[in-house]
This record gives sequence, structure tokens and C-alpha cells, in this order.
Amino acid sequence: MPKLHVQTSVNGDTLDFLCEPAETLLDVLRNRLNLTGSKEGCATGDCGACSVLLNDRLVASCLVLAAEVDDQRVLTVEGVARGDALHPVQQQLLEHAGLQCGICTPGIVVAAKSLLDHNPNPTETEVRFWLAGNLCRCTGYDKIIRAVLDAAATMRDDRSRVSA
Amino acid sequence: MATIYFSSGLAPYTGGVESLAVDAARVGDLLRIVLERFPALREPLEIMAIAVDGEIHQHADYIPLTSGSEVHLVPRIAGGHR
Amino acid sequence: MSGEQRFKYVGTRPIRHDGLDKVTGRANYGADFTLPGLLHGHIVRSPHAHARILAIDTSAAAGMPGVMAVITGDDIPKTTARLMMGEGGFDLGDMGDNLLAHDKVLYQGHAVAAVAATSPELARAAAEAVAVHYEVLTPVMTIDQALAAGAPILHDGLTTKGQPAAGVPTSPTNVAMRMELKRGDVDKGFAESDIVVERTFTTPMVHQGYIEPHACVARHGEDGQIVVWTSTQGHFNVRDCSAGILGIDAAKIKVIPSEIGGGFGGKIPVYLEPVAIALSRKAHRPVKLVMSREDVFRASGPTSGTKVRMKLGAKQDGTLVAASASLYYEAGAYKGSPAGAGAMCAIAAYRIPNFFIEAYDIVVNRPKVAAYRAPGSPSSTFATESLIDEIARRLNMDALDLRLKNAATEGDQAPYGPKFGPIGLREVLAAAKAHPHWTAPLGANQGRGVAVGFWFNAGMNSSATVSVNTDGSATVVAGNPDIGGTRVAQALMVSEELGVPVERVRPSVADTDSIGFSDLTGGSRVCYATGMAVIEAARDAREQLKARAAKMWGTDAAHVGWDDGTAIPLNGAGDRTPLTVNEIAAKLAHTGGPVIGRATVNPPMAGPGFGLNICDLEVDKETGVSRVVRYTCIQDVGKAIHPSYVEGQMQGGASQGIGWALNEEYIYDREGHLENPGFLDYRMPVASDLPMIDTVLVEVPNPLHPYGVRGVGEVPIVPPLAAVANAMRDATGVRFTDLPLSPPRVLEALATD
Repeated sequence: MPKLHVQTSVNGDTLDFLCEPAETLLDVLRNRLNLTGSKEGCATGDCGACSVLLNDRLVASCLVLAAEVDDQRVLTVEGVARGDALHPVQQQLLEHAGLQCGICTPGIVVAAKSLLDHNPNPTETEVRFWLAGNLCRCTGYDKIIRAVLDAAATMRDDRSRVSA
Repeated sequence: MATIYFSSGLAPYTGGVESLAVDAARVGDLLRIVLERFPALREPLEIMAIAVDGEIHQHADYIPLTSGSEVHLVPRIAGGHR
Repeated sequence: MSGEQRFKYVGTRPIRHDGLDKVTGRANYGADFTLPGLLHGHIVRSPHAHARILAIDTSAAAGMPGVMAVITGDDIPKTTARLMMGEGGFDLGDMGDNLLAHDKVLYQGHAVAAVAATSPELARAAAEAVAVHYEVLTPVMTIDQALAAGAPILHDGLTTKGQPAAGVPTSPTNVAMRMELKRGDVDKGFAESDIVVERTFTTPMVHQGYIEPHACVARHGEDGQIVVWTSTQGHFNVRDCSAGILGIDAAKIKVIPSEIGGGFGGKIPVYLEPVAIALSRKAHRPVKLVMSREDVFRASGPTSGTKVRMKLGAKQDGTLVAASASLYYEAGAYKGSPAGAGAMCAIAAYRIPNFFIEAYDIVVNRPKVAAYRAPGSPSSTFATESLIDEIARRLNMDALDLRLKNAATEGDQAPYGPKFGPIGLREVLAAAKAHPHWTAPLGANQGRGVAVGFWFNAGMNSSATVSVNTDGSATVVAGNPDIGGTRVAQALMVSEELGVPVERVRPSVADTDSIGFSDLTGGSRVCYATGMAVIEAARDAREQLKARAAKMWGTDAAHVGWDDGTAIPLNGAGDRTPLTVNEIAAKLAHTGGPVIGRATVNPPMAGPGFGLNICDLEVDKETGVSRVVRYTCIQDVGKAIHPSYVEGQMQGGASQGIGWALNEEYIYDREGHLENPGFLDYRMPVASDLPMIDTVLVEVPNPLHPYGVRGVGEVPIVPPLAAVANAMRDATGVRFTDLPLSPPRVLEALATD
């Protein structure tokens, strides 16, 4: 079967790839674009380790066909930090020891960034439900939730400083 | 004299003897003497760790004994990865 | 050592050195590795739980374009070798048979053949083209089925080891081992008891649930030199098991560990590596094998389903006087459940003068169990702590007071033999009594449960080197994959010993060629045993630095002292100016060359760790759904090197235990097919299921470790099963003895109560 030609934007870079019609976005990211930050924990959309943003919407890249991202915008964990500045979620995960093995961390970073893009002042319950699609088996979530809440606070402080 | 205890249900191999005072400088020497007396212990011993005065060792042959040392045979923690 | 040690770096909470790579997606895990010319492997797995392999026809698969190798059990030698390693040791014959079955398949998902092809899709198609002819046998899925008269036998050659029960044939049998622990006169003890409680408890087979599936790449060179890249808890273990199973020298194999996406005991055995090596040998190209999530559930190593019959007797004042227990643990397809450990842990928290405990290791047609955090202890402790709760209720005693009354302390003889050294159980219980959670009011439909737990914590072999760079920074190299922050803990230890700030210490996990032998990351041993090696290596480096300072001063090393990163003159060194690490390091080339401290250790087991959990559960009596609304973990950790990661161990272990208690279980149909091999139906706790998990670190120093470290990783999963079930009892009035406390089970019990 002929491969499909896809032109898309990944982490701000415009690029092309060829893929099989049945190939997932996750497989293309990992195997064709060498963006191995998105992880495969289940391939059924249950664990969230492959979370990416597709046109600013949080999706499990294992459930998206690569061909679907033609002419769309994809953001992976590799694109969350800006230059040498970590996103506050990343920084707070480090400060809070919000990761142990770290395999779920890329998905948590993307999902939490997406939450804070939508809701700058989430409650603990809102954070917990937003991240309910991201399995972590090491931490019991406590330090992850605290990190995301603190990241939100940091970003609100930064915004109020800028507007002042 | 060090004392070795067979309290972990090892009585069937020692004819019911629950402890034995042995004059031995090191754990390996002690076990040699014990096995001479109770040869049936050889197989169960293979899966035992040795506790010397409360410290559990996986490999204890060269650990020195003092008078009053208490030695226990403790099943190794197989931990499901035998 | 002293309990009053003062620390400058140990006990602080710096950012982990490997953290940036992990929050940016740069860290490389098992499946992230690739090589030029890489082939993709696929494993053919049995659809049957129990069957004899009559024939395997690989010709169609081998003839497909792009298929470079097909192997079967014939390519994995049958061996009788054992590998004595660390706590247990491995039967390499069983392990090899588990890699690729030789004569029989023993569980659904058992590997029977493997292929390597130029793409994953081709490999999958080729695997489907492998024709396996089976004679299907009756599966043995439960303990009761395995023990029944006339039960189908999994292994013809299996005999009951240990202390077989009197009057029961030792062969043929599905009982691989029986052991006893006893003391005093248990019948007399029960006769003297004012109150006796007895129940049978069951816990389901559950999985560690690490998020990263097993994955590796192997390259077998034309010269027989082998390199393996893999996600494992112990790369030396992978090397030696692969060498032993394939019959090749360990020196021919180099194993490079990737970052590891969780293990909890499940990434100790080898499942893929020797198969990848054998495929690569045949294909003359590197081969990658990655498990799917379904493979992980069906064919890695979950932990035992168990049945525990237990009886406790107590005096009216709460004094425990007798205990008896029969423990039955599923080993899965091959011998080796943690039944013995379950027996040793069952009543370790208490002084009980009369007891009799027997434990059975039973093979069934399920995957061979692997270690899972304090293997064996949670299930037997679930029984004990449920009955202790029942005694407290019957005697109308405070549940903590009852435990305090009977708690083991230093000098007490453990049920498994030796006397306890300094242990922190009483301190943990006291901390629980003092914690506001214990006396906080409960809401409607809420109940509170408490339970304690015990685990040994391992020792075993570790190696470490510490190098001082010419700018005064340092590197520490050890041989344990970092699953939860051990690199930063090791860096803190080097900082403490050398006085070099932690951000100037680079911690690193080395491959099997680059550091001395190191047992696996497990057994709660890395901060204890590997930490001991790191501290000794740092002290070795410090002594060398002092000698270099002496050389610079033109004096004797005996005249050099050390204080917080500075060589200071002692009596005999006159009024020489102190030299910092930086100043000494700058002159290394002048004073004799590089400084490398090294140490290898094999310490005794770290010794007992005790923990306690308090759980508040809210139960919806109309739906049977329950949720944890407040949770507190208290644990004697000896000494916390990096407290955040110690808390993390406690929180993570507690949430795994909560999942075990409330939802998780392997569900098989009658033919032995696993019905829930995915995260949707195998329901692990998600963020919205849990509250914050409060932690209290009690520090009773372990005299065996220079800083008092006790090991912390495993104890946290022991108390939750009973803590949750006791909370359920408090909320509903019903004593649940079978886990998980899933909504249908709770609803049914409430309806019949």
C-alpha cells in the first residue's frame, strides 16, 4: 500500500513525513521523527503517557492516526519548554519530586500544561480529574498534584506582575 | 561456645533438638559440625540464610563467632524471584 | 554510630540530577533505543492456559519476505543450573522454559516461538504464520483446584520440598514447597485465651502495574560478543541469567541499562533479553523486543493470589497469646511464590509466645509470579491486621493501644528466629496516636481503619566509585538503575563525605562493564547497601585527598584532618593553611594523579522496617462504591537521605496497596483466559480516586548503616490492604475477608448483612 504524505507542524517546526495509513501519531513521533519523549504505556488510550496537544487540544497520540495531523499543529513534551526556560509545570515537578521513575512524566507535563492553558486557577479536584487520564504508579499523585497547583500559582503571579 | 537454634520448624531434621552449643570460631565451622551431627539438615540449609546475633546474612561462612553468639537459620526471602 | 549525627547535605531536598531529562522527554527508556539495521521481534504466545506442545511448524513464517529469524524452545537450552543471587536465587531451567516453552505451555500468553523481521508489522504477521499444534489440557486456575485430589499436574517432576505435610504424597503434586514456623505450645495458648478469632482471607493475583512495558535491544556480534540495551531492575542480573540460560560466558555480554519506567519487583526476571540474543544470533542483526500492555499483564510476573486461614487468641486485657495460620500462595506456572516470606512477616509486629504457621507454595496455570514490593507480606498481614482489628473491637480497646500492648521491640525474638535490634514499631505507633488524623471526626458513611506492616529490607552486593575532578567537582558511579531518585541520594552521600555541594556531584548508573558487580535495584536496598558502598568509596576518596594535602604540606597524612570539604592541619602539621577540595583537586596531577575512591560491599540484611497506615473510607451504600477520603502513612525509615523521595515511596506504596484493596484483580474465565489484560479493566488508582497522602517519617537509626538508613521502598505496600478493609468494617459494620472491595462485592455484602 502506498505511503501517505503528511505535512504538519510539530513543536513549531513545519515538517513532512511519509506514513502507512494505519500508523498512529505516536508511532510516527517515536519511530519516524525520533521524538521519543511521548511514551507508549498501553496503546489503548488508557495510560496517558503518550499525551500530546493537537491544535491545543489534549489527545492520546496512540489513538490518533498520523495521517489525521496533516496541516494541523502538534505539540509534544519536547516542545513544552521554551529555550532554556522550563515550563512552570516542569519546574514544579522537579521541585516537588513529582516524579520517581519518570515514564509518565512527559504525559503529565503535556496534560498539566493543557489544563493551565484552559484554567489558570484550578482547584485540587479539577487538577485530579483533569489528570485522571494519566496513570502514575510510583507517586500516588500527591506530589504531582501539588506541583501542578504550585505551577498554576506561579503562572498567576507572573501574569499579575506583567500586568502590574 | 556459640549457640545455634533450630526453632524455625527444623526439628524434623534434628530429631527434635531445638538448639545446640558448638565450639566454633566461624559460622562455616559451626555449620560443618552441625551437619556432621544432623546430615538431614543439608538440603533445607541450602535455602536458609544465617542470622548471627540478629544480623541476617546470605553468605555467612567466614563470619566470626564469639562466646555467647546466637545463630539462627532463617528461610531466605525468595521474594517470588527464585 | 550515633543517633545524634549532624548532617549538612543528607536530609535536604535538592532537585534530582536526572530530573531535567525526565521532564523534557529526553530521558531514554527501554523502548526508545534503536540501532542501524534494527530488526523487530514478535513473540508467539499460547492461547491456552495448559497444553502440551505437539509440534511447531515455523516454515511458513521463515519463508516470508523480510523475516530474518524464527526460533522456538529448541533454541533455548534446557538447563538444570541455578543462579544464586541476592535474596533468592533463580532456577534457570524454569526461567528458560518460561522464556520459550519446551514441552508444555503453562499459562495463557506463555511464549512458544519468536520471530525477527524488518518491520514490526512483518514480525507480527510472521508470528501469526507460526503454526503450533497443542494437546489442550485441563487448566489448574486456583489454589483449591491445585490441591484437589486427582488435580491435573503441571510438572511431572515436581516434588514438595521443605517440610511436606504428614500423610500427603510429595509427588506427583502441585505443591512445590511447604514450610513451618512454630514456637511454644499453640494448643495450650488458645486454651488459655479469653477470646479467639478465626477467619479465612483471600487476596487476588495483582500486577505491579509499572507504566513502561518490558523492552530491550540485543546485538549478537559475529565474534560472539553481545550487547544488550534494556529496561531492568538489575542489569548484572540480566547478564548472568542470559549467560547461564544460553550457556555462554558472562564476559561475552555487556548490558547497558536504560532509564526504567517502574518495576516494583516485576523487572527482576528476564523475559525478553535471552530471546532477543538468540534471535540476533540467528539473524546476524540487532533485534528489538517490546511487550505490549496485554503481554505485560498475561506474561510478565504479577504477584500471588493467596488464601490465608488465620486464628489469633488473646487475653481479656488484650495480650496476644497464640496464633496459627495456614498460608497458600499461588506461584504461577513455576515454583517460587513468596509464601515463606509471607509466613515470616505475618506476625512479626507482635510478641506472641505460642504460634504455628505453615506456608504452601503452589503452582497453577497462571504467569509465574515475580516480586512485588515486600513480596508475601501484604497478603498475610491483611489477615493478621484484620483479626487484630476484630480483637480490638471485641475487647472494646483502642486499636493502637492493643497494638502497642503487643508490639515487638528491641530484644524480642522475631517469629523467624533472631532477636530484633533497634526497631521503630513503638515509635511509629506513638506517632500515630499523636497524629491529628487518629482523633479527627468522621463524616457520614465514613469509617476509619488502621494497620501496621513489616518488611525485612535487603542487603546484598553493591559497588561504587567516587572520582574527584581537577576542578573539585566529583562523580559517583554505581550499578543500580535509578527507579525513584537514588542518583540524587547517592550524590547527597558524596556531598556529606567530601563537602562538595550536591550540584557539583554527578551521579551516574554504569553498565556491566563499567562498575563492579551490583545486585538489583530492589529489596529496598539501594540507599542502604549501595549507599554504604557510595559512602565508603567517598571516604576512600577523602583519605586519598588527605594524603594529597599531606604531600602538598610536606607532612604525614596522619597530621591531616577533614572538616566540611577542607583538609585541616592537626597536631604535628604546624600552622599550615587549610586546603579546600578545590585546592587539592587542582594539584592532583602534581601529587600523584587522579583520585578514585572505590568500595564493594555485601552487608547483612538492613533489618526490620515497620510502617502504619490510617485510612478514612467513605462508602456509598447504594452503589457499593467507596473512596479514600483521608490517608496517613507513618514509617520508621531509619534516616531519610532525600525526604521527598522517601515520602514518595510511602505515598506510592500506599496507593498501590489501596488499588489492591479496592479494585485490582486478575480475572480469568473457566478455561484460564485472562479477561482484563488492559488498564481499562484492570483498574489501578487514578488521580481523581485519591486524596493527598500525608506522611510522617519516624527516624530510628539502623545501626548497620553509617547514616542509619533502613530501606524504605517496600514497607509502604504492607499496611494498606488491612487499613482499607478495617476502614470498610468501621464504615459498614461488615468484616470483608476477600479482596478487592469492589463495588459489586461491597453491595452484595451489604445486601445480605
